[in-house]
Amino acid sequence: MIHLTVNGTDHALDIDPATPLLYALRDHLGLNGAKFGCGMGQCGACTVIVDNQPTFSCLTPVAALGQRAVRTIESLGTTDKPGRLQQAFIDQQAAQCGYCIAGMIMRAQSLLESNPHPTDAEILQHMEPNLCRCGTHMRILAAIRAASHAPTTSQAKPERKS
Amino acid sequence: MRHGARVVALGDCAVCHTAKGGKPYAGGLALATPFGTIYTTNITPDPDTGIGTWSLEAFTRAMRRGISRDGHQLYPAFPYVHYTRMSDNDIAAAYAFLMERDPVSAKAPDNALIFPLNFRPLVAFWNVLFLREGPEAPDVSRDATWNRGRELVNGLGHCAACHTPLNPIGGEQWNKAFHGGVVDGWEAPPLNALASPPNPWTKPQLMAYLRTGISSHHGAAAGPMLPVTQELGTVPQEDVDAIATYLLSLQKPQARDLAQSDPAGADKASIQRGAVLFSAACAACHGDKSPMQSLGERPSLATSTAVHAATPRNTVQMMLEGVPWQGEQALHYMPPFAHTLNDRQVADIANYLRATYTNQPPWKDVVQAAADIRKGDQSR
Repeated sequence: MIHLTVNGTDHALDIDPATPLLYALRDHLGLNGAKFGCGMGQCGACTVIVDNQPTFSCLTPVAALGQRAVRTIESLGTTDKPGRLQQAFIDQQAAQCGYCIAGMIMRAQSLLESNPHPTDAEILQHMEPNLCRCGTHMRILAAIRAASHAPTTSQAKPERKS
Repeated sequence: MRHGARVVALGDCAVCHTAKGGKPYAGGLALATPFGTIYTTNITPDPDTGIGTWSLEAFTRAMRRGISRDGHQLYPAFPYVHYTRMSDNDIAAAYAFLMERDPVSAKAPDNALIFPLNFRPLVAFWNVLFLREGPEAPDVSRDATWNRGRELVNGLGHCAACHTPLNPIGGEQWNKAFHGGVVDGWEAPPLNALASPPNPWTKPQLMAYLRTGISSHHGAAAGPMLPVTQELGTVPQEDVDAIATYLLSLQKPQARDLAQSDPAGADKASIQRGAVLFSAACAACHGDKSPMQSLGERPSLATSTAVHAATPRNTVQMMLEGVPWQGEQALHYMPPFAHTLNDRQVADIANYLRATYTNQPPWKDVVQAAADIRKGDQSR
């Protein structure tokens, strides 16, 4: 039995320990925000936050997680009530096809948690592992910049609920 | 000028004299040494912070004797003990090339060295022990390619600076020349065992590796060797031919038979855990049927130098740090797993690779090695 803590909730899953975290999230927990892009840690579409670090979930074995807390984009807000960073991406229309955006937002989220007011250079360096084939990079950058100046109250880290 | 560019590339000047994200040759890169941190200097022709006021004579004295223009001793992290072997012609060409760069105003941060090594005149005593000034006379029993290779390997290329172990005061151990060393947390493998089993290098393999950073039979350059191969990709093939010729002439007679695996010493539980982790974290690229294995002559783990090495250092380091994106020069890439895998998990995968892809005896204390290597990485 594999135990996972995802978005503050504990789950026990009867799955192969060699399952990548991404498959567990999508196929077993119904969390379809993180996307399968390349499956090789080269594109970042699968990025989630594990113990406050942005992580390629496609290359993270569930057996490797132990007690570490996983957060996905679903933890940031809902369609009705998007989180601060999600709202900034909407305001800036930062999604073109949108496939990379869940990963982009989670990588950006990890940056703003450790560095609430990053410089543009810091944003660019931090976001480098995540690719966007549509070319909305300038809008993604603008959204992160806008979110870093927005009030922080709507964007508290989720409480652990289990 | 073209000759100067070739000399500067062969000497890897920009590799150390450029900070991460900084202007080329403007210095400021932190070099972690056992004696503290040294910051590389600005070698652009800026008159105030670079070498703009240096004459060729002053430049030559620095290259041959490790003495700065104002007379202070340079620290031997600057490899003048090797550059001293360069020809006058090459030194003049490097000088002319550097003086044509864009001047950049950039002052290196102050060094942070332990007492008493922060007192520069002490280096004069060190030089008595370790500096043998001037070029080596050609060996007339060898051909021109070999002699050129010796000059490039021992002089300009300063290969031994990383590939020879250092003694406690930071001098190369001449009786162990090219026995391998450790730099920036990576093992610089022995260069005198290239022809040894289980997987001897051929000259074409070595040349291809040096010029492209990847060998389909041995693995990919990573850590501090990666920029060296990028520089060697810019120089004429004849230079790399000479380097490979000389290096392959240094091979020691095989001292021992092929070590055989000792299954009794293997940690079966660890190998089993490693197999599970490998199939989720590694197999997408390194599995036998993966596209990376079937396209582009990517090296198999079964011939990997790192997996066959005497210590797990480079296998562990590769998992922790990976190979960063190289921008336009992208040849190979591997994501870092330092945040994904803990020390025991890294060790489990290392043990699995060792048992699965080699006939070598298991590594010992890999968990501790992973912890130590990770700690070293974090302090850099």
